[in-house]
Amino acid sequence: MHAPDGFINAPVSLGTGVISASFLAVALSKARSELDEKAAPMAGLVAAYVFAVQMLNFPVALGTSGHLMGGALAAILIGPWTGMIAVSTVVILQALLFADGGLTALGFNVFNMAIITVIAGWLVFQLLTKVIKGRTGIIAGAFLAALVSVPASAVAFVFQYSIGGTGTLDIADVFVAMFSVHVLIGIGEGLITALTVTAVLALRPDLVFGARGKVQANLEIRESQVR
Amino acid sequence: MQLKNKFLLVGVFVTLLLSSVVSYYASSNPDGLEKVAEEKGFLEDATEHNLGDSPLADYGVSGVTDDRLSVALAGAIGVLLMLGISTLMFRFLARRK
Repeated sequence: MHAPDGFINAPVSLGTGVISASFLAVALSKARSELDEKAAPMAGLVAAYVFAVQMLNFPVALGTSGHLMGGALAAILIGPWTGMIAVSTVVILQALLFADGGLTALGFNVFNMAIITVIAGWLVFQLLTKVIKGRTGIIAGAFLAALVSVPASAVAFVFQYSIGGTGTLDIADVFVAMFSVHVLIGIGEGLITALTVTAVLALRPDLVFGARGKVQANLEIRESQVR
Repeated sequence: MQLKNKFLLVGVFVTLLLSSVVSYYASSNPDGLEKVAEEKGFLEDATEHNLGDSPLADYGVSGVTDDRLSVALAGAIGVLLMLGISTLMFRFLARRK
């Protein structure tokens, strides 16, 4: 999903850049309420983990691969605003140091990989954990949130392409192709996300932001109840 | 050792394992977007990356000829940088309440 330079014209690249920067400005202020001294190292670890897993392209269909984007995962583990900052940092580092994703494309690449994935993923997760309670809801929610986040990202790209694409193509055609392949990639994203959330939930449920108030920590000391 | 530190250490270890060992086995096929761009004929609109000559371009370290070592080093550098930058940033944000 890392678009190179040249796919989308300057005005749309710039416009989506402004939108992404605005989201990040809000995220930087909102993340403070999600973070404390205890959560900060976990947030750093999640950012590094998303970077690592983004390197792991898995095959999805004939001659095509995909990799985790990590927006839903980061939102569930460290909170949506903190997650938005974490995945954006990954996408920016990839463009600046690893020549992955164009520099003029950075604005919409951040939007498509770090912002829309977090928004779509977090909404689905919130919805599903309300319907299905407890640990099952969190894991099923993680899977579905991540699955939905990938085609959501693809749709965002096609929308940007329909306004500012440099090619003259049948947009409906591009939409069908992008949507279908990204549903397949989404299944991979869902599996990796559910697996990771399951592991963290088993080891340190208190570190899973999305589980706060939904799953009790194993060794919780509750002395205030008797008072 | 405290449970929390143990979890973080295991987390960093697993992350480095993924970035520097498993990454060598990642699929090198084009990703979803690249494949669609190729099929629909807009891949040719892509222009060269302005930093395409950077020493870590395409997840390899320039000058390191061994593929396995090259991606392992690039992955480890990326993970440690991400860990450092983001932990500092999130610590700063957490303190600024």
